[in-house]
Amino acid sequence: MVYRDEKLSEEKVFKDPVHRYVHVRERVIWDLIGTAEFQRLRRIKQLGTSYLTFHGAEHSRFNHSLGVYEIVRRIIENFKDRPNWNQEERLLCLCAALLHDLGHGPFSHSFEKVYKLDHEDFTQAILLGDTEVNKVLSKVEKGFPKKVADVINKTYENKLVVSLISSQIDADRMDYLQRDAYFTGVSYGHFDMERILRVMRPMEDQVVVKESGMHAVEDYIMSRYQMYWQVYFHPVTRSAEVILTKILHRAKELHEEGYSFKLKPVHFLSFFSGEPSLKEYLALDEAVVLYYFQTWMEEEDTVLSDLCYRFVNRKLFKYIEFNPNSQMNEWMELYKLFTKAGLNPDYYLVVDSSSDLPYDFYRPGEEGERLPIHLLQPNDELKELSRLSDIVESISGKKRTDHKLYIPLDRLEEMSNRSKTKKRIMEILFG
Amino acid sequence: MLENHAKLMQFFSSTDEIVGRKKLQKMIYILKKCEIPFEERYQFHFYGPYSEELTLRIEEMCNLGFISETKEEKKNYYQYRYELTDSGRDFLTHYEMDLPPLNVHIEEMNGRSSRFLELVSTMLFFEHLPKEEITEKVFTVKSAQNYTQEDIDEGWKFIEYLRSIH
Repeated sequence: MVYRDEKLSEEKVFKDPVHRYVHVRERVIWDLIGTAEFQRLRRIKQLGTSYLTFHGAEHSRFNHSLGVYEIVRRIIENFKDRPNWNQEERLLCLCAALLHDLGHGPFSHSFEKVYKLDHEDFTQAILLGDTEVNKVLSKVEKGFPKKVADVINKTYENKLVVSLISSQIDADRMDYLQRDAYFTGVSYGHFDMERILRVMRPMEDQVVVKESGMHAVEDYIMSRYQMYWQVYFHPVTRSAEVILTKILHRAKELHEEGYSFKLKPVHFLSFFSGEPSLKEYLALDEAVVLYYFQTWMEEEDTVLSDLCYRFVNRKLFKYIEFNPNSQMNEWMELYKLFTKAGLNPDYYLVVDSSSDLPYDFYRPGEEGERLPIHLLQPNDELKELSRLSDIVESISGKKRTDHKLYIPLDRLEEMSNRSKTKKRIMEILFG
Repeated sequence: MLENHAKLMQFFSSTDEIVGRKKLQKMIYILKKCEIPFEERYQFHFYGPYSEELTLRIEEMCNLGFISETKEEKKNYYQYRYELTDSGRDFLTHYEMDLPPLNVHIEEMNGRSSRFLELVSTMLFFEHLPKEEITEKVFTVKSAQNYTQEDIDEGWKFIEYLRSIH
């Protein structure tokens, strides 16, 4: 039997708290799970700094990747005899689902922002480079790694296949919403996925949902909306993210100034120069990052040591609501006052915005802007979800954005009460 | 603070208005590919390169009153029109921007259809590939748009021209 069709002698299952079981029958999938690059995902948390807010949120990208694979497996099971579905694409879909997050690094979003990287580039590099994953995929057929890379990059010719992994109602989102709700312990990430899977239909270039399944989709949209504001944009998590980002900036700045670290940041050097090789990129996981943070707490540079102490020991910045339009003059005054108080404002006076977050909620958008969720009506016409659902229309039409100002309140409180600088800072911040 | 927002406001200050979110998305992407240092991250989507980050920043700027958004009902869809407000102009006076003048780029792109900008941005997305492969890729991923070889040739001329402006 050729490798692509090879089945395990008996089905393997992974116990999973969200989907109960993840079923594996294909040899290719089993081999991919066993590769070093896939196993590395165990050491990358799915929710980055959220564990500092929700103590249960320690789940990894490994868990999530298996979950996405399982959802796609179930969708395809439902699709197999339907028009527009080509069963030949099955293995490709399963591989792409399993590997879609392969290039994520530790605390990805902050690393990407500070060191100008893109995890998607590393996903491509792992799939196409000299890696264990590439060896497994190449055994399927010569061009197979490229096909998987194209699906994940959303540039594969069959858009239906792409939309299973990446669209407004895809396996990726359906897994992370439920998984993140489960591990954070919140009660609002749940929706009836079984129902959605039953009413999903393959069309020529996208997955659509039968109109009769609209209420299940409404629940999914509500879940996305609530998880966004209650979990992903939680201000305490954002505070940890602000500190993490500032640590990465500070370490880079010190390196560029020729500062002599007590512990040479060997694992970070290629990140500072902005061009880590694949090997260097893969060598940096969360355990390594946290080891450096632990060590940098002893550095002589007080900004770096203080920020690391805050991150490791959860002594986070406090926050206040902030309007960059009406409070621009106050911000400029605060910038000067912080400098006067000996608090470097580039590190201790930080505005964080909702657009700094790598999550979104559903918006129908404009024609040709982004493919929305389409409902399949009994007459075979497609209609955008919010045109039929009052609930979705009301939450997607409402614009909600947010800006907060993060500050080390403890440091301000330590200042003498006779200090005019402190008095004025407190006046601006708290009235 | 909000440096990336300020760059986008600088973009809006270089023109009277931008009509259409799709056009806006493609214009910022094309400018990025012309080495204009916008920071918004793009991915390939159904209609070509698209940035969720850009969508969110525009929404934030509208909510803060820096940009005005007008929603217009078309036959089967909505279209959005954007203009920089006086508040946006005031905000910009606090920044020293290192962006080159953008008015010629914008005028050129504004004069083209969003369909053409979708083609150009898609070609630029695959720019790392050899030219023949780019053509093949465009025909594959954009088959529904029925672009012709002439469209692609026109796209290359347009890219060359935009890049020669500075």
